[in-house]
This record gives sequence, structure tokens and C-alpha cells, in this order.
Amino acid sequence: MGVDVIQLQGVTKHFTVRKQKSLKESVVNARRGKLHEERFTALNDISATIQAGESVGLIGPNGSGKSTLLKVIGGILAPDTGSVRMRGRVAALLELGAGFHPDLSGRENVYLNASVLGLTRQETAGYFDEIVDFSGIGEFIDTQVKFYSSGMYVRLAFSVAVHVDPDILLVDEVMAVGDEPFQAKCMRKIQQFQEEGRTIILVSHSVAQITEVCDRALLLEHGHLVEDAPPLVALERLRRGYSAEIETTSRVALESLSHASLNAVHLSVMGGPQGVSPLELASGDGLEVKLVLGLPEPVKGMHLKIGIDNALGEHVLTVDTWNQLHLDIGTHSGLVTVRFSLPNLCLTSGDYHVRVFVTDKDGGILARSNRAGTFSVQASGRSAGYVDSDVKFSVDETRPL
Amino acid sequence: MSVASERAKRLSEKPLREINSATGFFGGLAASWREVWERRELLRELVKREIKSRYKDSGLGVLWSFIRPLVQLMVYYLVMGKFLGAQRSIAHFAVFIFTGLTLWGLFSEIVTTGTQSILANAGIIKKVRMPREIFPLASVGSAMFNFVVQLALLIVATAVLAGISWGRHLLYAPMAIVVAIVWATALALVLSAMNVYLRDVQYLVEVGLMLGFWFSPIVYQWSMVGSMAGPLLREIYSANPMTVCILAFQRSIWGTPVMENGPSPEMLYPAHLELRLWVVLAVGLIFFIVAQRVFDRLQRNFAQEI
Repeated sequence: MGVDVIQLQGVTKHFTVRKQKSLKESVVNARRGKLHEERFTALNDISATIQAGESVGLIGPNGSGKSTLLKVIGGILAPDTGSVRMRGRVAALLELGAGFHPDLSGRENVYLNASVLGLTRQETAGYFDEIVDFSGIGEFIDTQVKFYSSGMYVRLAFSVAVHVDPDILLVDEVMAVGDEPFQAKCMRKIQQFQEEGRTIILVSHSVAQITEVCDRALLLEHGHLVEDAPPLVALERLRRGYSAEIETTSRVALESLSHASLNAVHLSVMGGPQGVSPLELASGDGLEVKLVLGLPEPVKGMHLKIGIDNALGEHVLTVDTWNQLHLDIGTHSGLVTVRFSLPNLCLTSGDYHVRVFVTDKDGGILARSNRAGTFSVQASGRSAGYVDSDVKFSVDETRPL
Repeated sequence: MSVASERAKRLSEKPLREINSATGFFGGLAASWREVWERRELLRELVKREIKSRYKDSGLGVLWSFIRPLVQLMVYYLVMGKFLGAQRSIAHFAVFIFTGLTLWGLFSEIVTTGTQSILANAGIIKKVRMPREIFPLASVGSAMFNFVVQLALLIVATAVLAGISWGRHLLYAPMAIVVAIVWATALALVLSAMNVYLRDVQYLVEVGLMLGFWFSPIVYQWSMVGSMAGPLLREIYSANPMTVCILAFQRSIWGTPVMENGPSPEMLYPAHLELRLWVVLAVGLIFFIVAQRVFDRLQRNFAQEI
């Protein structure tokens, strides 16, 4: 081990966004031409080394430069300054079926696509049966590709891509396509690739994929490499970044609609003091959510719903007084205080937001807030994912076989 | 030894190579062509794809490669030769225009399809790393296929209608073809790369090719220009590389047949045709090298601009 397969040194990439693409426009706007140019730095002085057999995730918010970096590593884009050095065969699962020609048969396309990905005709012939077998296309291999269903198309393309025998595999969110069995197949193949010591570089927004596949993650922000760490550490930082952004840009005021107003939302640790800000929970603590509603007229059969979202906006928990608790709240008016107590929340570390919905019995929204409150959790870190558990582990050897 | 450590060992023996580095003029030149050469198999596949897919699902298939130029030939023969009377001063008029049309057809097909080749393969270019010169070159390959078909037709027609005279002048033909390919490929390289940044290029190419067609001695004779224009204009006209190519090709295949009321054999072609051809070839090769370097500069941002 310890063989460098990719060395990035001070890689910088600028893009010039021109808003005109035709001669007429450039002539008409000749004098203002410069005004129509916008330069931004997609990658800023990125240096990293990736070794054989590593699985590295590229993470970051949209527009942070993940895909650009992947393209630079794949040699599809050239850096402006800095150098990219690598060894071994690279295959990119960027878009399946790039270069498939609809008029040609599956067989012809397999040869063509394999050739595009760098296989010789002889090598392809050697893998051919395996490729067809893996894709499950069967007798349709001699049918023109344009008659394939999109599923068949993707399966054949994937099958070709994974048979190219790459040393370095670049994956860009392709796993989002395809049905569940196909995704499972992708994941199995990737695991097999890892066992075979191939290097995998993965761009994904899926926390599950990054934590499951990668043993290292690079976090990009505005083209800067801000974190190069184990996935959990990098993801944690990414989540914090998201919360800050949400705090500053989309601080949604408590919304009120027609017949009700959400006057206040108080979060507190169950059994703890009120009004602590920022609120911090330990794993296993309970959360108390207190809502103060203003109801000018009596409302009958009101439903209340609260939820907890993590920093990536994924719903971790949802509770509805009607759907889950089967409660009839009754008729109320004036200032009404309601209280949800959520004991024993075992959440993983990170920032969380509380959603609040108030609806009438027909589902009409009376009041809502997507960011009614925020709290953070410090967990044991003994598990990853959504739920924290203080995992214990033991091995018992009872008797020899 | 496990698969993984075997792979690591094999990789450690390979050198780290720098990709997409900004290189000097000549160093980059050699590297570029070496890469193209390494992917020659892909080039072959792409040419095959072009040819196969072109007539897929058509009843007549490859026959269309014959029909299109034949109809074109008939139209020119009828309109120019019969109606406008060009036949009276140009011997074997059908062979004459077919000769010019065949070579021009090769040139214009390479330039047209080559110019569009990068955009047409945007899907591959945005996703897979490869020397992008391959795409204009694949256009050259598929245009060559059409050309060979037409050339066979031309040779048969010439043998039947006018007879082929044997001699050293036949060597003009391969050389003219080479020169036409060199110039067309160089143009295709530059234009295809420019077309990515400015889509007007493909329309400019159409206009340019139309002008080129009428400003080359394809459907009329070079001597006709000679008698109309002054010596300076005639030299300018004759400096056009395609004019030189087509003249050389005509010299080889159509030869020097004389009509009673037409120009004398020595008036049919400009003086020093062979020298002109060599000069055009030399200039073309320099242009070709420069064109590839320009292409190499421009291709660095293809994936972003397409």
C-alpha cells in the first residue's frame, strides 16, 4: 500500500461566463463585451494526494466545485494552473451510455462504448459475454439501442463501464438513477472494486453513500478545499455550514395565515431550564416544544404537527396530533399554549430544526413555520446515520468447531 | 498476494504522468499526436459508427453514396454543359466536372462534418477523457469512405467515356488527394474548436464552402479565368490551395483533351503546376500543425463550453 495514484498540486480553475454565444451578439455588444463576461473561480489552489485503494468522497454544497474537481481529475477539464498527475487506467461513471448511438445495435454499442472508455477490441471481445450477462439484456443485444427501455439502456451502459477494469473509478451521482435492485447492484460492484484495491472517487449528496462507501472525504466550499478528513468529520462540518447558511439567508419569520398566528415557539431540554440559547442536547435527552398560538376565532378540530429536520433538510421525525396521536384537540380560541414532549431523543451529532404546522380538520393550513426553532445535539459518535446508539460490542468464543 | 496488493504493486511500477499540462509548442505537439495514435482503435470504431449509422434503416443503403453525386453530376452536366453550352469548349465535359466534383466533395464533406464533429459528440467529450482530435479525424475517415466509392465510379466513367492515358501525370491524383485532405483536416480542426465557442462558425462554413466551390475551377475551366482576369487576379485565383488541388486532379484524370475551338493544351493549366502543388502541400502541412496547436488550446475548456 501507500502508492500515490493521484497527485493534485495547486489546482486552480477559473470559468469565464459569457452571456453571448453568437457572432451577431458579440458584434452588437462589442464595446460592452467585457461587461458581459463574468469570471469566477471554480477551484482555488487545491492540493491533495490520493493513494491506491482509497475511497474518497467529494462533498460540499451545490456549486462548491465538486463536479469540476472530478472532471479535472478525470482529465475532462484542464486546470488553469497547478498540475494533476496520476497513474493507472481511469474510468468515469459520469453519465452512463455517453456515446451510445441509438441507431446501432446493443452489440455494436458495447464495442463502441468500450472503445470510448479505452478498451481495445480484443479486450472487449474477451469481456463481451460477461458484459451481456451482467446487464441482463440477453437476446436484445442485437436490437437497435433506440428500442431499449431506459432501464435496459442504463444497465447495458453500466455493465460496460464496470468491465473496463479501471484502477481509478470516478463516480458522479450516477447511483441516483435506476431502480432499487439496480442501485443495490451498483453498490455491490463498488464494494467489490474496493476489495480489489481500486481507487474510488465519489461525488454524492447522500450522507448514507458517503459514510458507507468512503474512508475519507474532501469538503469543498466555494472552490476551496476546507476539510480533508474521515467522512463523519467532514460531514459534520458540512452540516454546520448548512445551518449557518440557513440561519443567515432563510431565517423564516413565524408565518401567520388567516385564522391563526403562531406567536411563539420555545424549545427546551425536558426537565431543564427554559430560554437557553443556543439549545444543546445530549443524546438521550428529551426535547420540549412549546407553541403559543393566537386564535382570533374559535377553531374546531385543529391538527398540530411538528417535525425535526437535520441540517441537510431530511425529515428525522414527524408527529401529528391526528395521524399519529389520534387526538381531538377540541375547540379553542384566544392565546393557546400547547406542549409536545419528546423524551429520549437519540440523534446523531449535528444541528436540527423544528418544523411546525397548524391545520384545520380539512387540512387547510392555519399557520406554519419551517424553521420554528433550532437546536444542536452532541452524541456519543459511536454510530453514524440518523440514530445515535451507545453501541456495545463483544465476541464470544464458546468452543472450537 | 491479494488482488489489491497486486494492483498496488503494478501501479507503483507505472510512472506518474501529468495530464492536461500546459506544454510548449513542440513538446505538446508530439504528446498530442502520440495520444491520438494510442487511441487509433477508437478512431476506427468512430469511423465505423459513422459509416454504419449513416445508412442504417435505409432501403438502398450504401447505394446513396453513388446516387447523390450522380444526380449532382447530371444536373451540372445538363445545365452547364448542355443549356449553357460549356460542353462546346470543354472536351469530355461530364468527366471534367465529375473529376472536380469528386475532389471538392471530399474537401467539403471533411470541412462540414468536421466542423460539427465536436458539438455532435458533446456527450462523450463532456464525460470521457480522450484526445478530442479524434472526432474531426473520424469525420475525415468517413468522408474518405464516400470519396473512395465516388473515385471508383469516376475511374470507371473516365475509362468508358474518355479513356485513361497512362503516364507520370497519374501521380498528380494521389498527391492532389493528400493535399486536399491536409487542408480540409486542418480547417476542420480549427473550425470544430471555434464552433464550440461561437456557433456561427458552422453557418460561416456553409457560406465559405459555397464561395469556394464557385471560385475553384470545378464546373468551368481555369483557362476561362485566365482570359478574363488580369495577371495579378489570375495569380491570386491560382493561389487558392483547392484550385491547385483540383487542377492537379484534373490533370491526372481528365488529362489534356483539346477542342477545336477550345484553348490549347498548354493553356489548360497554369505553369509549374507540380511546383505549385508542392508549395501548397508544404504550406498546408504547416497550417495543419498550427491548427492542431490552436485546437489543443481551445479544447481545454470544451467540457465547460459545450
